[in-house]
Amino acid sequence: MATDIIIHDKKDNVGVVVIEKITPKQDCACWIMEDDSSTNIQSVDEIPLGHKIAMVDLKEGDTILKYGHDIGKVVKSIKKGEHVHVHNVKTKKW
Amino acid sequence: MEIPKSFLGYKRENGRAGTRNHVIILPVDDISNACAEAVANNIKGTIALPHSYGRLQFGADLELHFRTMIGTGCNPNVAAVIVIGIEPKWTKKIVDGIAKTGKPVEGFHIERTGDIGTTMKASKKAQEFVMWASEKQREECPLSDLWISVKCGESDTTSGLAANPTVGNLMDKLEPLGVHLCFGETSELTGAEKVCATRGATKEASEKFIKTWSSYNDFILKEATDDLSESQPTAGNIAGGLTTIEEKAFGNFQKIGNCKFIDVLEPAEEPTKGKGLYFMDTSSAAAECVTLQAAAGFNIHLFPTGQGNIVGNPIEPVVKLTANPLTVKGMGEHIDCDVSKILSREMNLSEAGDELIKTTLRVANGRLTCAEALGHREFVMTKLYRSA
Repeated sequence: MATDIIIHDKKDNVGVVVIEKITPKQDCACWIMEDDSSTNIQSVDEIPLGHKIAMVDLKEGDTILKYGHDIGKVVKSIKKGEHVHVHNVKTKKW
Repeated sequence: MEIPKSFLGYKRENGRAGTRNHVIILPVDDISNACAEAVANNIKGTIALPHSYGRLQFGADLELHFRTMIGTGCNPNVAAVIVIGIEPKWTKKIVDGIAKTGKPVEGFHIERTGDIGTTMKASKKAQEFVMWASEKQREECPLSDLWISVKCGESDTTSGLAANPTVGNLMDKLEPLGVHLCFGETSELTGAEKVCATRGATKEASEKFIKTWSSYNDFILKEATDDLSESQPTAGNIAGGLTTIEEKAFGNFQKIGNCKFIDVLEPAEEPTKGKGLYFMDTSSAAAECVTLQAAAGFNIHLFPTGQGNIVGNPIEPVVKLTANPLTVKGMGEHIDCDVSKILSREMNLSEAGDELIKTTLRVANGRLTCAEALGHREFVMTKLYRSA
């Protein structure tokens, strides 16, 4: 089956869109690289290739996990299926 | 895939092997660029390496300048060197440094002679060198004569998902065969620095890495006017979906696969602990980083990109790979190795690593890279601080 979203690690709370774009309310097939497992998610936003989707609801102050590691903090609450990027996530460095 | 045991390279006087056979015209300083370029224009088959510095530098910054100049001349991809400076002392210092390799090198200084007289004298020697070098033949060299440097640029999330892990897969396969490997980009490991430190082969190497990273980070914190937004990640990174420096760093870090680094090098420092992976303290700007790695003696470079960085180097061939299908489609003339099928899962990581090994060996054997064919010769000195 075609993969729409790839997730690095099963601990991750975000996935990466690997098709040209996903559209709102699209049922997406996700592949988790770490253990070669699969899952599904319905999108809320339109999200382009390479951008991230929230796999769970996230609230302000939560940590974004990708590669199984901390890559920043949520600064504006995010619903499962929404676009995760610079508008709602910031670095913990600098 | 069975990995070939050898490649066709140019054997040098000091036992190293080159993937290229350049005769370079190396200006010591900014004001000698015009003369160096005139010589390269006169004598076909030579290349001038103009740059912006070399006057009134001092201390560690001057040492780095000399190390980069001498290292560039010593690189095994270079058959012979003409050095041109404004005055004799620094010119001679660079000539003497390069002469230790045993390769032909001669220096010229412009003071008291002028550009025209110097161009004439240097051109005669350059003609002699290039005609001599043109008779050199490629010979079979063991794979361990490859010194491979890596750096990524205009990264996006496809870099961390696929292109960088492809380089990591190549490292995992080639490291046991005795090649030298080098990664850098000190600032772009920020967020992944603690994990990176655990990849030192010894406690010493790990501690040296943390010391190097901390010193770079302190400098960035001191000079930064804001949170470095628009620089790290870059606007291109953000367009490609990368949100934070931490995310970029973990993607970057995929390039070393499961390898451990045996030592931490100063910028442009030649590795001396034998085969294996080294970390070099470098800027994360593409041309600066590749210039430093080439000056340390690396003879082929692997450059994964997401959004499409187009950098090249005058002496070290830069092999580009990408996993972003839009980059392949929009700017395919810059991409030597397309691994975008990883994203559609039509290719696995090991197959991608094999493809990259094949491409690397074709380039080592003489195939031009996209950057070479397109004339990318970015030679950019790293400057540590203001001149006197």
